[in-house]
Amino acid sequence: MSVLLSVEGLGISFGGLRAVNEVSFTVRPGEITSVIGPNGAGKTTLFNMISGVYRPGSGRVVLDGQDVTGMAPHLLARRGMSRTFQNLQIFQSMTVLENAIAGYHLQERGPVLADLLGLPSSRRRATQAQDGARKLLARVGLDRAAEREAGNLSYGALKRLEIARALALSPKILLLDEPAAGCNAVETEEIDHLIAEVARSGVAILLVEHDMKMVMRISNHIVVLDHGEKIAEGDPASVSRNPAVIAAYLGTDAETGAAHADG
Amino acid sequence: MKLTPKTATLLVLVLLVALSPVLFPSGYYYRVGALIFVNAIAVTGIVILTGYAGQISLGHAGFAGIGAYACALAPVHLGLHPSLALVLGAAISGLLAFLVGRPILRLKGYYLGVATLGFGILVSMVLNNERQLTGGPDGMEVPDLGLRGLLKDAGLDLTNGQFWYFLCGIVLILGAWLALNLFNSPTGRALRALHGSEVAARTVGVDVARLKLQAFVISAVYASVSGSLLALQNKFITPDVAGFMHSIEMVTMAVLGGVGSVLGAIFGAAVLTLLPQVLTVFAEYEQLVLGLVMMLVMIFLPQGLLPSILRKIRGRDE
Repeated sequence: MSVLLSVEGLGISFGGLRAVNEVSFTVRPGEITSVIGPNGAGKTTLFNMISGVYRPGSGRVVLDGQDVTGMAPHLLARRGMSRTFQNLQIFQSMTVLENAIAGYHLQERGPVLADLLGLPSSRRRATQAQDGARKLLARVGLDRAAEREAGNLSYGALKRLEIARALALSPKILLLDEPAAGCNAVETEEIDHLIAEVARSGVAILLVEHDMKMVMRISNHIVVLDHGEKIAEGDPASVSRNPAVIAAYLGTDAETGAAHADG
Repeated sequence: MKLTPKTATLLVLVLLVALSPVLFPSGYYYRVGALIFVNAIAVTGIVILTGYAGQISLGHAGFAGIGAYACALAPVHLGLHPSLALVLGAAISGLLAFLVGRPILRLKGYYLGVATLGFGILVSMVLNNERQLTGGPDGMEVPDLGLRGLLKDAGLDLTNGQFWYFLCGIVLILGAWLALNLFNSPTGRALRALHGSEVAARTVGVDVARLKLQAFVISAVYASVSGSLLALQNKFITPDVAGFMHSIEMVTMAVLGGVGSVLGAIFGAAVLTLLPQVLTVFAEYEQLVLGLVMMLVMIFLPQGLLPSILRKIRGRDE
């Protein structure tokens, strides 16, 4: 299958510190690609560069054949990129339904004058978005919480709401930043199923995740980062056997020895 | 049948405007009512900017000043009818908000507050210093709107107080209607979304800079119309209308009443317009008591007066 997203030699420095260095990989439609690595490996930074939150210091991001390096997030959204956040970014004081409708912004937006005057065209756009949002909420199992204020939902429910909002854009590629972080086993499994189902529908998924079991279970392809560098890449089986990966996660012999000495 | 919040709010407003005069002991109260409505119009604009979009402005009196002086100057210098001067003032305010808003809405929080403050002071300085044009701090006269005469010819004879009470009331209801339409519209949702999380709003495709600018322009037009009505009603205007205190008043009214809701903010405008009149019994301690009341409200009812009261009432029902 063709490549949807290609990351080419991406790098960024913060105050002289090289946070991400020369990272390259590709993501294909319908596949789940995971980026893993120890804390501080630069996973979220990499994500923020791809999704336009940070402007990369070097390298390129190519989406669907077009160079989108450093493009603003709202323009990337128009090109079919959508994402969730490690620390939830929910519109807290809006209802669950409104949060989901917000995901339809690109479809429902129109002239501000029509919205002020409450013209039929404005109401029609809003109603269409609302219908779509209700279906999406049903898909992530939040339809019964639709009218509740989003701030009152449980953590796991909010995680699903964020995914629903991201799906509202009908993205070609979905970036998920630790979708299962802080969730219990049941919630993790629910999110797990949801992600697999979305991938099956042909959406490319790029995942940053700490939950190793989940990554190994659902990923088609894994990219391993350590200290901002890509140290390994491949299918789950080969990555889990890779000595460099094991060293990065468990510490090298020298470090392990030092830790023991300290203990 | 269950009323939507929009219909309920409009119904309350219409009833308030129509029925309050029954309780007025004298004609003077029409004038107080009109003043409340004029303030409430500007505050409704603040609700859109601050309550919906989460952006702060400490310089909106600048736009009120432009609206007010447009009504004073345009009829004399351009020969425009005062009602068209109001429209011209709103257009100039909107355009200026567009030009000023572009660079300063990149700023956030305190920085945006200070930048808008600077804008307000700038307008106020121009009005104070361009004596030949504006009469400086002494102010200048504003021509008569002429509408009351027309109504009289048509058989509707209103006192001056009644006329301005109902005119400002109708404009307020219109302004509230627009603001309420916006709240649940795609644009309103996007504004509230960027208020909640700018980064998340961006990722769903919201052009944050553009939407903030729209909210800024709309709220500037509200302030301008409010200033115009004040000028036309008083038939006299001084640069105080554009002053720093007036900007602060607008924000305080909105926050005190509840900046998230149109009705709350209007309630805040009413309270803060009436309170100084009530507090005159405290004589020289008037300002002190006013400040104290405001502090107590913010400490004990941080959501604002109306939302807190409504929550209390609903809490008892359940």
